[in-house]
Amino acid sequence: MAGLLEQRREDREGGEIPTAGMADIAFLLLIFFLVTTTINVDTGIGMTLPPKLQDQQPPPVKDRNMFKILVNAQGELLVEEEQANINQLRDRVKKHVTNYGNEPDLSESPSDAVISIKTDAQTPYDTYIKVLDEVWMAYREIWDQIARTGQTPRGESVGLGKTYSSYREYYNSLEPSDDNVIRDAFGAQISIAEPDTGD
Amino acid sequence: MARFQRSSSDTEPEFTTASLPDIVFMLLIFFMVSTVLREQNIQVRTQLPQAEALTKIDQKRLISKIHIGPLKQGKNKGNTAIQIEDALIENRKTIRNIMYNKLQEQPKLIASLKVDKESEMEIINEVQQELREAGALRINYSSNRENPPQR
Repeated sequence: MAGLLEQRREDREGGEIPTAGMADIAFLLLIFFLVTTTINVDTGIGMTLPPKLQDQQPPPVKDRNMFKILVNAQGELLVEEEQANINQLRDRVKKHVTNYGNEPDLSESPSDAVISIKTDAQTPYDTYIKVLDEVWMAYREIWDQIARTGQTPRGESVGLGKTYSSYREYYNSLEPSDDNVIRDAFGAQISIAEPDTGD
Repeated sequence: MARFQRSSSDTEPEFTTASLPDIVFMLLIFFMVSTVLREQNIQVRTQLPQAEALTKIDQKRLISKIHIGPLKQGKNKGNTAIQIEDALIENRKTIRNIMYNKLQEQPKLIASLKVDKESEMEIINEVQQELREAGALRINYSSNRENPPQR
């Protein structure tokens, strides 16, 4: 009963799919997944704590250079001794640090300006982060402007070489060994005030 | 001589590569499935705050996470607790030793504070004082991007 069909099938020996290349495809996929799996990058607001105080007192800061922000337990803000709204904070910080000695109550220069944030023991963390974020965003906006124009708000060149669309773009173009000229020219001094120890 | 010749000419010494893709696919699937990204057993709830002025920490090995938030379970459920790595911190004064030891291993350590947004500043100040004692001054208030992009 060796039919015609079976015979033909036997004739067609060697009709195989080449599988040698399959391994390569699979390897490519494997490598692709290994490389692209970015294990959700940590994001956050970076800060540097002040070093532990030994015996010496912290260097005095002139009152006009100090921009004091107090946050109470209810999350209310006291900015430079008067009540303020968080929405005004960013502009006020920008005005303070870019004052260059014009107004007598605001900072003498950006490198002298200090933003001081003080919180109460019961201040919600969320509010604290919001305030800190607004202060950083004020600096970010200034840096964005420097990155776009290559000049500080007073019009000095920072030696950027070329201009960038934003500070982030400039920052991403930096090599680890490069100096961040924008931050060198316009540094941020944000101080987290010492908590009161025992009342 | 004749014997040598015969053995090398008759059979073609090839091993079959047909099952190689299967092995690699198995590996691939294993990696895809098992990459759980070493999520620690976090015993405290940390709902992170949202912020705009974020920086990314690319070098994961520099990070040391400190979780602060209410306990998820147990008889003290809801009490604010601190967790470093897998252990809950009973005595807050031990943080300085833990962080100091970590700093010896990794001098460029960044302490990533993963703090629940409903926490109060008291505990954060306390942890920060401990970090200062340890000399671990680089910190990062872990927070998420505001209005996550719609995909």
